[in-house]
Amino acid sequence: MAKLPIVDYLVLDDGEPHLQAIECQHCGALTLRTPIQCGACFTRGPFAPKALATTGTLRAFTVVKRGALGNGFVSAIVDFDGGGNAKANLVDGDLENFENNKLGEPVRLVTYTVDTDDDGNEAVAFGFEKI
Amino acid sequence: MSGADVYIVGVAMHPFGRFPDKTSLDMSTEMILDALDDAQLSMKDIQVFGCGSLFENGSGQRILAALGNPGAPVYNVTNACATGAMAVRVPYLEIRAGISDVGLAVGFEKMGKQGLLVAGQAAMAAGAGGGEKPRKVFEPGNVRIPSEGVLGTGTMPGVFGEIGMEYAHNNDGVGFEQFAKVAVKSHEHSVLNPYAQYRKAFTLEEVMNAEVISWPNTLPMCGPTGDGAAALVLVSGEKLATLPDDVRKRAVKITASALYSDPYNPDNLASPDVNSLTRTAADRAYEMSGVDPQDLDLVELHDCFATAELVHYDNLRLCEPGMAGKFIDERGPYRDGKIPVNVSGGLVSKGHPIGSTGAANLVEITMHLRGEAGDRQIEGAKVGMTHVIGLGSTCAIHILEKTAA
Repeated sequence: MAKLPIVDYLVLDDGEPHLQAIECQHCGALTLRTPIQCGACFTRGPFAPKALATTGTLRAFTVVKRGALGNGFVSAIVDFDGGGNAKANLVDGDLENFENNKLGEPVRLVTYTVDTDDDGNEAVAFGFEKI
Repeated sequence: MSGADVYIVGVAMHPFGRFPDKTSLDMSTEMILDALDDAQLSMKDIQVFGCGSLFENGSGQRILAALGNPGAPVYNVTNACATGAMAVRVPYLEIRAGISDVGLAVGFEKMGKQGLLVAGQAAMAAGAGGGEKPRKVFEPGNVRIPSEGVLGTGTMPGVFGEIGMEYAHNNDGVGFEQFAKVAVKSHEHSVLNPYAQYRKAFTLEEVMNAEVISWPNTLPMCGPTGDGAAALVLVSGEKLATLPDDVRKRAVKITASALYSDPYNPDNLASPDVNSLTRTAADRAYEMSGVDPQDLDLVELHDCFATAELVHYDNLRLCEPGMAGKFIDERGPYRDGKIPVNVSGGLVSKGHPIGSTGAANLVEITMHLRGEAGDRQIEGAKVGMTHVIGLGSTCAIHILEKTAA
């Protein structure tokens, strides 16, 4: 059965799972989705994929206790080493002692199955865990 | 910059709260008529109409049909939480450009007890009753899983919680206590405001020990949903000169109107940037008006959550760079502090019926500049600033001044 990423910028089938940004070949600006024109330099590309590092630092977080579709998780914004940033759950975040989640602490990318379809294909998400 | 001067001559604001017996048409038309009476003008005089609502966008013509339509052009505008300011900018722009001399703006929303707002994400619908449940099938490039709660959060308390925590990461002296102090200040201010949805003071301990919604935002640090409407009548300087003495004497000049959206920021691939566009809009507004931040007598800024307010102390240059924590610690934004912020109680107490907020804060500042803000009056107020942000994102900043008519 297949393992399928829940977003197209999560790459599961090319080495270690990692995020893949799109880089403007004119100015180097990164996005997570292919733009029609570069948001930074307004050229029409070309654009090329750029693998982001699998480690980074915790720039910001919030501990969601009363959420919309789920309660009790830590939402984290991470700056990857070498550039790029993304948002996902801090899978080992402290849900009770909030300040145990340290701003600036090193984290790494992890993946996990979030759901399985009727044919056994797995939807795979990414998150972060403390190093 | 050339263009006609623009004055506010009529204002009205409905108290924010929950009004199940009033429709949005009731509330918006009531405020429009009150604002027209305040200006001693009539619908017949209106040459342009800006109508702002997020959830009932497209209501302008319906409102004119109910009030009598002079044939004025209608702009139905929306820009998330900045909608109300968009509505006011419509007559502002036409008057400034010399196209109209008299304009009307209304911002309104009926939200009741709507609950959590989530950026750009609909909750998965519950299964429609009856019939066979469709098979759950994932395909490459088509894996339909809601990202909420998986790829972090898009709920507003969470998004603005992260925005606050990013400021805490980048600057010393900011933590949970500083964010909580902002809410304490705003709720204390709200006690004096009869238009506020909630008018209850909280101690710091009560705020910090309240139910956590999305830490560091606890329940009293979050703006409530509800119903509201606010209307304004604007005129050109030339028109103002023809109005009765008692209208001219109470006129308030819009000396800056700055509107910006958010350009590309490499730091914000997966989260909104409310800082850069606020700074840009603020600097533009200060430049347009010639006002220095330290000249401001009061500010009504966009505190959808207490964490949001704190970062805007810095973004609006109300404090030294990086010093927002110190600013609240030293009571800088209190009504008796260096620069009073959100003496209305702010969104966390006054409420945030989305389409009305950006118009209501202009009404609030106008009341103070006229000396008509009752118990919450900032004495001698002559210069005020309003600020709203709509995620997506848009920032609108206005500077108002009481000048000799």
